[in-house]
Amino acid sequence: MRWLLLKDLQILRRSPLLVAVLVGYSVVVSLVAGAALSSGPSKPTVAFANLVPSDKSEVALGGRRIDASKYSEKLFEKVDPIRVKTREEAIEKVRSGEALGALVVPADVTQKLQGTLGLSGSGRPTVEVYYNAENPLKRQYVQDTIESTLAEANQAISAEVLREAARYLNVIVAGGKVGLPIVGKVDILGLRRSRAIIEAALASLPEGAPERATLEQVSRFAGLAAENLDLSKPILASISQPVQVKQKVVAGSSSSFSAFAAEAAVVTSMMFVALLLAAGMLALEREENAFGRLVRGLVSRTGLVTEKIVLAALAAFVLTAVMLGILGALLGLDFGRAPLWLVALALGAAAFGAMGVAIGGVTREVRSASLAAFVVSLPVAALALVPSGAVSEGLYDLIRVVSGAFPFRPCLQALDAAISGGELLAPLLHLAALTLAFGVIARVSLRRFA
Amino acid sequence: MTSVAAGAPLALTADGVSKEYGERQALQGVSFTAHRGERIAIIGPNGAGKTTLLQILAGSLRASGGSVSLEEGSVGWVPQQPALYSKLTVAENLRLFARLEKRPDVPETVERMLDQTGLRDRAGEEISRLSGGNRQRVNIAIGLLAEPSVLLLDEPTSSLDPRQREVLWAFVSGLADAGTAVVYATHNVAEAERFADRVLVLADGELLFSGTPSELEQTVGGIAEAADFESAFVRFLHQRGH
Repeated sequence: MRWLLLKDLQILRRSPLLVAVLVGYSVVVSLVAGAALSSGPSKPTVAFANLVPSDKSEVALGGRRIDASKYSEKLFEKVDPIRVKTREEAIEKVRSGEALGALVVPADVTQKLQGTLGLSGSGRPTVEVYYNAENPLKRQYVQDTIESTLAEANQAISAEVLREAARYLNVIVAGGKVGLPIVGKVDILGLRRSRAIIEAALASLPEGAPERATLEQVSRFAGLAAENLDLSKPILASISQPVQVKQKVVAGSSSSFSAFAAEAAVVTSMMFVALLLAAGMLALEREENAFGRLVRGLVSRTGLVTEKIVLAALAAFVLTAVMLGILGALLGLDFGRAPLWLVALALGAAAFGAMGVAIGGVTREVRSASLAAFVVSLPVAALALVPSGAVSEGLYDLIRVVSGAFPFRPCLQALDAAISGGELLAPLLHLAALTLAFGVIARVSLRRFA
Repeated sequence: MTSVAAGAPLALTADGVSKEYGERQALQGVSFTAHRGERIAIIGPNGAGKTTLLQILAGSLRASGGSVSLEEGSVGWVPQQPALYSKLTVAENLRLFARLEKRPDVPETVERMLDQTGLRDRAGEEISRLSGGNRQRVNIAIGLLAEPSVLLLDEPTSSLDPRQREVLWAFVSGLADAGTAVVYATHNVAEAERFADRVLVLADGELLFSGTPSELEQTVGGIAEAADFESAFVRFLHQRGH
């Protein structure tokens, strides 16, 4: 078997294009994936036209003045803005493709915001958003970014309003000074102080005085109002953030997105390299007419199957170990767990190698084998990545069964557990069982191989 | 053509060899023997079972029934299509198969085969760059690596020009003279007449005749009845309903 293995490595060495594709593919994929994952998403370019005059950017809220333009700055945390002066300029930037979208803040936005806060009924302030529909994916991306940012700005404004409202309530309950437009600072008596004055007045009145019943009514109202308005403050606070989020992972992986994406890139590369190499190299034995010569006593059929699995697994293991090393360095993965990574990679590569040999045994020709390996691998990978809840329960169970019959899902699970922690033994055993099963299929298929 | 010395030791025995592919009988109880130094040509129409018989004798195909026994030594197998790795050089192919054959001295074996096949000056060339004739020479060389007592060749001259065919037959005759039993399948009936001590006629998996070429001619009424050996062979098949 070792001579056959050396022969295959020699053949690979004489096929520089194939080796370049196999090695180059893995290295390029790991570098691109690593760079993309470590640098994070780039900001979309958005044209921004603020038509609000600089002297009218403030909104009066109670006695305070709030600069509305500071909320627009929130947007620039998530987009790369091109500042323009007019609506037309902004739209032109989108049309020309220079910007993926445009955000126009009309001149009357602060006036309408002021009216909304003052309940004057002048209509809600509106900002205008323009998109480039050339690419639906980009459009969706810009749309989501702008909408989420505007939602944050809206929330920040409502929080400011609620804070101001709570301060007013406090003054109404406890009394204090409030700054009002034109009038200036005014001292408000407050319900508690009002009640204290009324109580004092009641105490000075004779027992049978006719005003006593009316004053007692006012005193009770002041007391009740003060207590209830006090209670309304936490209610107002809860309105500013009605739903709190508490997150806890109860099952599955706790990997970060970047680690999981790196694992998927590594397993996909492993799949292609091992399947194509195993299927192609076994089919090559037949295409070169060497199979008949080999199995007449020189090499057993089982030995031939084993040799091809070892060859493909070895190549896929080395390439993906290099890939994972690069990705690990770029993404800051814990290299202390590297021995576990290697175990997961080795068993994954063996399972994919066995599957590739089975494909090569069934198809019997290099071109058919390569095509079959490619055609089989893509749906297998896609099925393994379908998350629970994305489809109906029955369909998901079916997908789990189908994807469990191929190495992609257990390999991804094993690598995920090796990198981020979690149950490792079960996916490793799964991979070992698949290696054996595909090895048997390959061996049986060789009966009709010559 | 030299005849086999009387009393040459037995090299190979096929006894009632049969092969079935589903309902189809590719071989039906074929029996014959081959002696050291004997040259046996297997002739017959397309689909007669010639290649199947050789594959079974070579051990690369399992028979459905019957047995094949080798008296001593080993069997060398030269398939019709060169069974070589086209990305490897002549020497690398010889070295690989010498190792797989577990030859005691691999470098010496490779050197010997390069000399025997006259391919020493092409030893470093990839098989893919060789002519069909030279590929066939390497193909035969690999069949001879183990110094077999029986050499099986399937259509050995099908890809060769007349000059290369002469060289090949001279080489094969030399092997037979040295005591190797040579069994070959061919469509070229003239080659069977010229280079074989004995012919086996197969048709539809059945062994119809085993004897010298002249015995075959006599069976159909002598050469006077048929213009040449090929005509005699065709006539024989007609007489037997093929």
